[in-house]
Amino acid sequence: MHFNLTDEQGALRDMVQRFLAQEYAFDARGKILRSADGWSREIWAKLGEMGLLALQVPEEHGGMAPASVETMLTMTAMGKALVVEPYLSSAILGTALVRSLGSKAQREELLPAMAEGTRIAAPAHGEAGARYDLSRVATSARRGGAGFTLDGRKAVVLHASAADLLLVTARTSGEVDDERGISLFAVPRDSPGVKLIAYPTIDGQRGADVTLSGVLLPEGALLGPEGGAFPALSAAWDLGVAALCAEAVGVLQATLDATTEYTRTRKQFGVPIARFQALQHRMADMLMHVEQARSMSYLSWMYASSEDGRERRRRLSAAKVTVGQACRFVGQQAVQLHGGMGVTDELAVSHCFKRLMAIEMSLGDTEHHLERFITESK
Amino acid sequence: MDLTFTPEEQRFREEVRAFLESSLPAAMRHKVLEGLHVPPADTLEWQRTLHRHGWGGPNWPVEFGGTGWDPVRQFIFEEECAAAGTPRLLPFGLKMVGPVIMRFGNAAQHRRFLPRILSGEDWWCQGYSEPEAGSDLASLRTRADRNGDHYVVNGQKTWITLAQHADWIFCLVRTDWSGKSQAGISFLLIDMRTPGVTVRPITMLDGGHEVNEVWFEDVRVPVENLVGEENKGWTYAKFLLGHERANIAGIGTSKRELERLRRIASVEWKHGRPLVEDPMFAARLAQVEIDLMALEITNLRVLSAEAEKRAPGPEASLLKIKGTEIQQALSELMVQAVGPYALPFRIEALEGGFQGDLVGPEYAAPLAATYCNMRKASIYGGSNEIQKNIITQMILGL
Repeated sequence: MHFNLTDEQGALRDMVQRFLAQEYAFDARGKILRSADGWSREIWAKLGEMGLLALQVPEEHGGMAPASVETMLTMTAMGKALVVEPYLSSAILGTALVRSLGSKAQREELLPAMAEGTRIAAPAHGEAGARYDLSRVATSARRGGAGFTLDGRKAVVLHASAADLLLVTARTSGEVDDERGISLFAVPRDSPGVKLIAYPTIDGQRGADVTLSGVLLPEGALLGPEGGAFPALSAAWDLGVAALCAEAVGVLQATLDATTEYTRTRKQFGVPIARFQALQHRMADMLMHVEQARSMSYLSWMYASSEDGRERRRRLSAAKVTVGQACRFVGQQAVQLHGGMGVTDELAVSHCFKRLMAIEMSLGDTEHHLERFITESK
Repeated sequence: MDLTFTPEEQRFREEVRAFLESSLPAAMRHKVLEGLHVPPADTLEWQRTLHRHGWGGPNWPVEFGGTGWDPVRQFIFEEECAAAGTPRLLPFGLKMVGPVIMRFGNAAQHRRFLPRILSGEDWWCQGYSEPEAGSDLASLRTRADRNGDHYVVNGQKTWITLAQHADWIFCLVRTDWSGKSQAGISFLLIDMRTPGVTVRPITMLDGGHEVNEVWFEDVRVPVENLVGEENKGWTYAKFLLGHERANIAGIGTSKRELERLRRIASVEWKHGRPLVEDPMFAARLAQVEIDLMALEITNLRVLSAEAEKRAPGPEASLLKIKGTEIQQALSELMVQAVGPYALPFRIEALEGGFQGDLVGPEYAAPLAATYCNMRKASIYGGSNEIQKNIITQMILGL
């Protein structure tokens, strides 16, 4: 029982923090957000050079997995800097799906390239009306000829435009919400029949709704057993939850720091507003949320790769509940304590607020995870 | 970073568990697990049992007769004790005055007082609060005037927990009135049998007699009962608060109470099904369980910092606030779980071995009293608002 980092882990964290402090300051980030793509290939390439895209890639393919603590530290640092590149989509979720479902040949083709940063693979799973039900998949994949034909529509696919490859879930058998019958396909984004309606998301990231109309895929596009993708999907989503929890800790700390700093300098009634007890106690409450979230981020990484699926789901849901509630409280109060400045686009705090909102609503919101916690505790 | 207990720590847990299984009397255990009144005789007997086993001072260093356990082992021990349902060890000697005497007392005081705490021969109580000095403790006015080789103590202390059983009281008294209020305070040990000491009970909202007023009228206290230096008492009091708060989250006890709540909610009914399956109740139960899970990790983080010789710092305030919020939420949910049968209130039914006619389920009898009693948790030991002041000043630096 200890919470210390190894020297290597400490060095990795320092390296990521230093890099982001230099290359990803608030103004630099603003330029990236306003660019046409909404993310930076240059930054992405450097993340690859630093080995950060390989953290969840298995050793046999040149990566460092499981690297739980390293991934957690990286996500927290990225949260602090509000990084918008497709890290969660490709380096966490996409990588987890490929490594657990891909054949040896598929893994060899994709993982080293994803680790380098030359290929980006983003999952395309959610659908309108499914909310956060992981097994609700209406998109269909029918066998025919030499492969499969995909039809359907995927909702709010994060970083779809940035991805070369969409990892699309589609139903090959079963009813619309059966866990069995879901298959995973690697679909090149520029395949005929794939249409994107691209948009920015509220937190400055990029997403798209993806329509699949008679998309023809060869046999080799199927990853893993036909109809058997669900367990890997569920495990990948839990890994993603842990990543979001760690990212949230970085955003939360940055949000709290910005708020204490602002209240120390902003004067009203002749004194810094940090002197007012009503505000002080609010900030003490914020700190408690941040620390409880940090504890749950640690806990989530302890269970993120657990073989015991039930216990993994239970713990990850508990973590997401704690973190989600912290995101709501800290985000809202930070804006409140910044007063009018909090509702402008000028300060980092409103950007933090929006990312915290998005984290709370990603990969299952607080209610979803509270419900799943109850189910898995029975 | 490793959040699992080491094999040695696991073996230690097994050892504690085996000892508790063989040494904890069933009647004692029953009272604790059912939330009934635990008489002082049980508390003292349990302290003596531990002492005979060499575990009388779980948080004390070996040189003073303690176990020398590190903070993680102390945590495991408390968790197992809570799960097994042992009486709570008296904190006043073991966690409060004991560490102060060890650190600031002289060799004669070590010999005189420390062994009798471990053996359960002396029952201590804490003389801090006064009617006009609550959260603003430093404004206290109980005075100790030097007269030859004695101090003469006059004043009134209040909220003195279990003073009616105490042999000794450790007091903060004013020995200097000239400077800042913190600067003139001394730390004095007073024999409760000294002429001029009067204990008056305060009946609490649950009908219990847990706290008292203690009056001092020309109480003569030998100067050798002064701990450390005159007028340095505030420093010692702050040191004590750090120790008092180290395990204040009460994780083990709350885990046990959570299980009790779950048991109750499994046999109570709502809309024709067990209450535990009711979505609204289940959500509230889950929320407490999740908060407790997070607080346990936070607590272990504080302990591991402590194990590296960083003294328990302001993080303890966070543990106090969240810990007491959870304790109160649990007591509230238990009342809610039994519905109207929370209302019948018969003090005699709170004693172990009650033979009268039961109304409602047996487990329901003490729940309302416990709920009322637990309101104290966010008030004592520095109210939760004071803890937030500490967080703001010491952690946030505002």
